[in-house]
Amino acid sequence: MPITNYLVLAGILFAIGATTVMLRRNAIVVFMGVELMLNATNLAFVTFARIHGDLTGQVLAFFVMVVAAAEVVVGLAIIVTIFRTRRSASVDDVNLLKG
Amino acid sequence: MQTLGLAPWLVGLPLAGAAVLLLGGRRTDRWGHWLGVLASTAAFAVGLVLLADVLRLPADERVAVHSLGTWLEVGTLQVDAAFRVDPLSLTFVLLVTFVGTLIHLYSVAYMAHDVDRRRFFAYLNLFVAAMLLLVLADSYLLLFVGWEGVGVASFLLIGFWDHRRENAVAGKKAFVMNRVGDMGLIVAMMLMLWQVGSLSFGDVLGAAGGMSTGVATAIGLMLLLAACGKSAQFPLQAWLGDAMAGPTPVSALIHAATMVTAGVYLLVRSAPVLEAAPTAQLVVAVVGAVTLLFGAVVGCAKDDIKKALAASTMSQIGYMMLAAGLGPIGYAFAIFHLVTHGFFKAGLFLGAGSVMHAMDDSVDMRRFGGLGRALPVTAVTMGLGWLAILGVPPFSGYWSKDKIIEAAFVGEGWRPWVFGTVALVGAGITAFYMSRLFFMTFAGRRRWESEGEGARHPHEAPFLMRLPMIVLAVGSVALGGLLTLGGGFTTWLEPVVGHAEHHDPVLPVWLIITLTLVLVVLGAALAFRLYAVQQVPVEPPASNALVRAARRDLYQDPVNETLAMLPGQVATRTLVYADRTVVDSAFLRLASGVRRAGDGLRRSQNGYVRSYAATTLGGLLVVAAVVWALAY
Amino acid sequence: MTTSGGEAALFAVLAPLMVIAALGLLFARRAVHAAICVVFVMVSLAILYVANEAPFLGIVQVVVYTGAVMMLFLFVLMLVGVDAADSLTETIRGQRWIGVLLGAGLLAVLLGVITRATFPPAVGLEAANAATNPEGLAAVLFGDYVLAMEVVGVLLVTAALAGLVLTHRRRLGPRRTQRLQARERVAQMAVDPARRRPLTPLPAPGVYAQNNAMDTPALGPDGQPLEHSVPRVLRIRGQRRSPVAVLGAQETLVQRIAPEDVPAEGAREVPGAGADSTEGETR
Repeated sequence: MPITNYLVLAGILFAIGATTVMLRRNAIVVFMGVELMLNATNLAFVTFARIHGDLTGQVLAFFVMVVAAAEVVVGLAIIVTIFRTRRSASVDDVNLLKG
Repeated sequence: MQTLGLAPWLVGLPLAGAAVLLLGGRRTDRWGHWLGVLASTAAFAVGLVLLADVLRLPADERVAVHSLGTWLEVGTLQVDAAFRVDPLSLTFVLLVTFVGTLIHLYSVAYMAHDVDRRRFFAYLNLFVAAMLLLVLADSYLLLFVGWEGVGVASFLLIGFWDHRRENAVAGKKAFVMNRVGDMGLIVAMMLMLWQVGSLSFGDVLGAAGGMSTGVATAIGLMLLLAACGKSAQFPLQAWLGDAMAGPTPVSALIHAATMVTAGVYLLVRSAPVLEAAPTAQLVVAVVGAVTLLFGAVVGCAKDDIKKALAASTMSQIGYMMLAAGLGPIGYAFAIFHLVTHGFFKAGLFLGAGSVMHAMDDSVDMRRFGGLGRALPVTAVTMGLGWLAILGVPPFSGYWSKDKIIEAAFVGEGWRPWVFGTVALVGAGITAFYMSRLFFMTFAGRRRWESEGEGARHPHEAPFLMRLPMIVLAVGSVALGGLLTLGGGFTTWLEPVVGHAEHHDPVLPVWLIITLTLVLVVLGAALAFRLYAVQQVPVEPPASNALVRAARRDLYQDPVNETLAMLPGQVATRTLVYADRTVVDSAFLRLASGVRRAGDGLRRSQNGYVRSYAATTLGGLLVVAAVVWALAY
Repeated sequence: MTTSGGEAALFAVLAPLMVIAALGLLFARRAVHAAICVVFVMVSLAILYVANEAPFLGIVQVVVYTGAVMMLFLFVLMLVGVDAADSLTETIRGQRWIGVLLGAGLLAVLLGVITRATFPPAVGLEAANAATNPEGLAAVLFGDYVLAMEVVGVLLVTAALAGLVLTHRRRLGPRRTQRLQARERVAQMAVDPARRRPLTPLPAPGVYAQNNAMDTPALGPDGQPLEHSVPRVLRIRGQRRSPVAVLGAQETLVQRIAPEDVPAEGAREVPGAGADSTEGETR
């Protein structure tokens, strides 16, 4: 099995995550789509690390995880705040900033 | 000269007075007018000290320059802040400060009930300072500062009662027309810089002889333009009549005795330039002659006492210009007439102010009449001024005006005949309109109501107003004779204007004098018959075309409006139209196009995060596709 | 370097499952189901990391993502409303087609690049992982990337603070202390007996009723259902069982017990004794 299969899997997961972001309206699900995209990237990083025999790829994946954790904290806090005031978790309800 | 250092004080004292009064505000209301009088009197005293000093010197040492140092230095051009004390400037200093002081005194009473009396005195002081700077300056540039200063003071004082619209308009008119003249002075200075590279009198006038005729003519004509603007000479004469909107003391000081004669001063000061340009000299004489007749004709038809006097001023300055245009034989007489005119015309104006004071500010002579009994002092002082302006011997005007008429008859070819005749006829017309003014005001039956509504109760003015009138009347009587004694005044001015060779007029002198006097008597007699013996209608009767034209200032305003204003208006309107249809519409269309595009693009900003995500992804896809396509 | 047969088998099993789970995220109606799907994907990813010679990352993936991040997601889901099904009807015109097209396009581009690209022969990480994988990682992390490491630390602290600030609720009135609440409750009895609540703890739902479910009101000693015994959340949501239905179902029991209900009288005093005595006094 060629190692690039991992990359193919990463690509498929990334595309599914992106599609989720575009099609789902529940803010939490949208957020999970973003997480899925980040994880797909991580898989690609890890695979590239293996291909090139260099641990830097894994370090970068590690950083992505840390940043994603921070992002989740802030993002979910925002969602909670919005839900508290608007009683809704739909991203379509937050559309006041328009032309 | 030991006292030369005092010269800057002449300017500084009134300027300090004006500064204190303007900056001090209402706090100086109580004593401000006396400060103004004091500043003017002090300047006069300084002038006297300088005069005494100069008189002790021999004639060829009487021209002195006092420099305060370099004023500005640009490249090779250096202009000093220098004051020139010589017989000519001293003459003006004494005239301005003496008459000015008298008029300050007069104003104390005349403006007593005006809430803005302090401001009035501040402007008067400002005027005196600027006028003294104008005559004392040793360079055209410094002169220009004074020139503009008197223009500003004149503007401020004409529009002093600016709550009335026509006064403000009159001030604006005077200012704008003066600016036209100022352009002449500016261009003249440019030409001097180009030709001589200096602006001081010494350099420019010394180099005048070496100039080409063309350049000298150009400079001369430009100086004449400046003089026309300031001195209300044809064709820039239209502002003077309207300038009478200012308070009467202002009319007496600025628009009769001093400022309007600044043009004559400028031309006499620049005499060497004019002598290098015979054409310019001729134009000066022609302008003087035309204005002389113009003012005289207008003066015959005016029923407004101040406007009649204004027309007379214009006409008398025309005499001075004529004399200045005659060359060396005329300079001294131009200045001489300027001095005597300063006295008797100021006296006449103050008299007119006194009459207005008595008649509740009415100026319509058709509603005066028979005032001689009610206002004896005014009648006598004005009468003396009247005789002086008529040129009746031995009053002041005779000595100066008669000399100008004589000088006008000197020369060759057609000139003496034309200029002489104009001067002669002008004297006759002057006699007619001044007599008309005098008789309409003081003689005949009274045409004002003494009871009922609109009743007038003429009363003599307070002492403070009578005193200047009396002093000026004495001057009108005696000054001319005194200064003529032994050719005193001409000799006094010789260090500046040079010695005039004696020339014989084309007619014998006795004949000229006789003719003049005959014409004067005829004019006065005609006026006496028409306005003292016959009834004067209260409403101006319908009359022939010339009178109608004269009543409207010989259509000076319509002419100006047609020739100067209309083309400008048409050009402006065309430009505005073009701007609106071409430039504006192009930009408006561009703007509306941008706005419509924005309206369209606004739809894409729908506020939905998912749409934005789709857009971002779309962009990413395009970039990735392009990169990919380029890579393979 | 090619993979071992075992790894190929692992991949063959896991990869399709992961794709299906990821599609579950896309299509699941309920957010909880989506979250479970994602948890599955992440755990599978951890396994793949280990297979890819990244055991440390595999562990971190389990701890951070599955253990922390996804649990946080589930917490928030519970907070927001676990049962709120996401309507799948599209509201933005054309968004569904645009989304599908762009997703497909992205997939095409990514797969196209991956399949067309030429990779060097895989090196493998035996050399790098010579002294265990975490040690190799640490050498790179604290060697080449020490500055980035510290910056990320600052970022984490900031994010923690941000979470605090964002979810902080500002108190608008004075603090409601226990003493204050007790006073209010007593005062309320005096002012408005109609809306009174007993001073004692509320009766538990389902007491003396046929069943003891949370949505069934307790029965008073008189056999009447006690509204306030049902949790407030259920009442507000309209999920409590109607008292009539309860009574209807338990009519026989109630009627049988009610007439000679001596113990019921006493039983009633147990939960509501204080309340009744207070009521008696206030009346």
